[in-house]
Amino acid sequence: MGARGEAPRSREPLVRMIGITKRFPGVIANDKVDFELMPGEVHALLGENGAGKTTLMNILYGLYRPDEGQIFIDGREVEIRSPRDAMRLGIGMVHQHFKLVSTLTVAENIALSLEGTGLILPARRVRARILEVAQHYGLEVDPDARIWQLSVGERQRVEILKLLIRNAKVLILDEPTTVLAPGEREELFKVLRKLAYEGRGIVFITHKLEEVFRVADRVTVLRKGRVVASGLPVRSTTPSELAKLMIGRELKPRLVKKPARLGEPVLEVEDLSVLDDKGLLAVRGVSFNVRRGEILGIAGVAGNGQRELVEAIIGLRKPRSGRIRIDGHDVTGKAPADVLKLGVAYIPEDRARYGIVPDLSVAENLILKLYKVPPFKRGFFLDEEYILSWSRKVVSDFGIVTPNVRAPAGSLSGGNIQRLILARELSTRPKLIVASHPTFGLDVAATEQIRSLLIEQRERGAGVLLVSEDLSEIMELSDRIAVMHEGQIVGLLSPSEADVEKIGLMMSGKLKEVDG
Amino acid sequence: MDLVGHMLHVAIRSGTPLLLAALGEIFAERSGVMNLGIEGMMLVGAITGFAVALATGQPWLGLLAACAAGLLMSLIHAFLSISLYANQVVSGLSLSMLGLGLSSLMGYAYVGVALPSRILPSPVPGLADLPVVGPALFCQDPVVYLALALAIASWFVLYKTKWGIMIRATGDDPSAADAMGINVYLVRYICVAFGGALAGLAGAYLSLVLTPAWVECMTAGRGWIAFALVIFALWDPLKAILGAYLFGATEALQFYIQASLGVDATLLGMMPYVATILAMLVAASEVLRKRLGAPAALGKPYIREERVI
Repeated sequence: MGARGEAPRSREPLVRMIGITKRFPGVIANDKVDFELMPGEVHALLGENGAGKTTLMNILYGLYRPDEGQIFIDGREVEIRSPRDAMRLGIGMVHQHFKLVSTLTVAENIALSLEGTGLILPARRVRARILEVAQHYGLEVDPDARIWQLSVGERQRVEILKLLIRNAKVLILDEPTTVLAPGEREELFKVLRKLAYEGRGIVFITHKLEEVFRVADRVTVLRKGRVVASGLPVRSTTPSELAKLMIGRELKPRLVKKPARLGEPVLEVEDLSVLDDKGLLAVRGVSFNVRRGEILGIAGVAGNGQRELVEAIIGLRKPRSGRIRIDGHDVTGKAPADVLKLGVAYIPEDRARYGIVPDLSVAENLILKLYKVPPFKRGFFLDEEYILSWSRKVVSDFGIVTPNVRAPAGSLSGGNIQRLILARELSTRPKLIVASHPTFGLDVAATEQIRSLLIEQRERGAGVLLVSEDLSEIMELSDRIAVMHEGQIVGLLSPSEADVEKIGLMMSGKLKEVDG
Repeated sequence: MDLVGHMLHVAIRSGTPLLLAALGEIFAERSGVMNLGIEGMMLVGAITGFAVALATGQPWLGLLAACAAGLLMSLIHAFLSISLYANQVVSGLSLSMLGLGLSSLMGYAYVGVALPSRILPSPVPGLADLPVVGPALFCQDPVVYLALALAIASWFVLYKTKWGIMIRATGDDPSAADAMGINVYLVRYICVAFGGALAGLAGAYLSLVLTPAWVECMTAGRGWIAFALVIFALWDPLKAILGAYLFGATEALQFYIQASLGVDATLLGMMPYVATILAMLVAASEVLRKRLGAPAALGKPYIREERVI
């Protein structure tokens, strides 16, 4: 059964889900899905975005009720109505977006989620328990630290601790590595192996193939709500077989990039310092430039000043000191409209909130940057016919899946929202593209498309500033890589001298190397 | 009584209604609900307390009735802003205006009527004879002691008990609180209602102890000062004590300032509104709020989102 097989196992599965079907308006998220989790195994649940992995686990965790199907825990049929029911059955889940209150301390957060911690001084009472469990699993974290002071990796540890203190037998982790630096990822894998060794069952939701091989014993693959491989021992499969199962076709070969043809610097940042929302220094004296025809990748764990840096460049946040020049024009402290007018395209981090106006139609969103110029406007009015026909063409060029161009943009899926944003931003033939986490959370097809669009723009002669936490993306696309840690650029490398380990060390602040 | 002791005595007395109302508002805001209706709830509390005390001859019964009246008023705000997701500023403001009109209507017959029995100071034996602090702190009426005890208890509840953590979690991150099994709506209702009860009590303290009589609009902006005070105290009950007594002192000093410096009374009467405008500046600026550590979800209705895949 398990590939690693150190732990003693019983034959009775911890969890058995049979014939689970869940329908949402217009889609079948899970279609007669069977799933089985044995004690002592790490079971990867692999699939693209929207394949139904999270839905299936949300059903197990009591957030959704299945329309059909049965669930057995320890061989006994159960009905799970709420997370509280799930917790009582020993099931715990770490969501992709952590459910922690950032102003409270670690101990307070954990105390809140426990029953029977006492009314008075609950945090002090759970403190000892936290330290004990944390030490046992190597999940060290200061129980008195406030959540906002912790790194994302530490927050994840708190979420896992919460489950362990509640003594969960089944741990579900939803894409747990998305937020981690490579070093932190290894630590997490070690913890997961240890938990499995103790006889717990781990469900590891992911869409990254290499992680399946790093940590899992078995893998279940979902595609479009259906199981395409059930409980496959990882040892007896290969990455390309899994890829084929997951996306239903072969993976495209790696992107080919012509050597960079460097032009004039289009973005120059000089000794820039920016404050964050709390008034603390988030960017500390950063200098770099982006030249036409190159992609500068900024790697770093989220929360190390990348967002503030990007917002300062776009004009959404006033810098405290330093200079920003775009195409030779000083734009320090200028409003976004003035910055964008210089030929800047912006692909924001939070695409649904800042990238589109959800209630406007797809067509209206597409012309947000063009409506002021003919032929989109005629005299005082918008030329609706032209706009619609132009939009239809763009929608088909970029492969945006939408019922029609009059549908509200907010009704599109994440990948299609991102296609829409790129279509709009690239329609002005920008000189500089600032892209924040452009493929975060997208499925393989959308990711491939967006990456090749960025490369196309580079070859056209635009400068691209790419901020991403996805190291493979940074390494694949960038001509130069800047690593950010605690608001500073701690390393500037070319992809040839960069390897994941080195960048990982820099991202966690353990290595510095700046030579220009 | 020496002069300093006497001045402090008056400052603390005048600060007590501010402290009570601010404590209530601290709970409401800590749970994420801003209630601008304090002034209205205080007024309704003042007239209800006065009427009940007059009818029964029991000033304590009057205070209790005022709590109930403030609580009922606050439920209007709670229903609008928590259950119907109404804009909290608009709903709170309308509550203030409602209270203004309602109290005038209710109080029409009570203008100029004198109370037969009053709540008298009860000096703490032994401590009352100390110099300065004796007259300042220990020769007060029981409501002053109650407010002070309540402030300390509030601090303990907010920071050292599970209830307090639940309240802060609800005000900072309602969706995380929801996921931890906290009933966000219930917590907010309770906090707003508690705030209403204390505002009612604060109003009755004016009409039963401090003045004591019913005068139309007798709160004279104290509700707004209490609102401002919450922000100046950074949502901390202990700091609110200091702030309330400080505002109380300026109020007590008004007569001295008018008399000795010849400052116009109307200018001093502006004080509450100036303080409120300053406070609103803070409340309206998201950046400032974050820096001061305001509850992160303050003013935002919590709508449990329909979850999609």
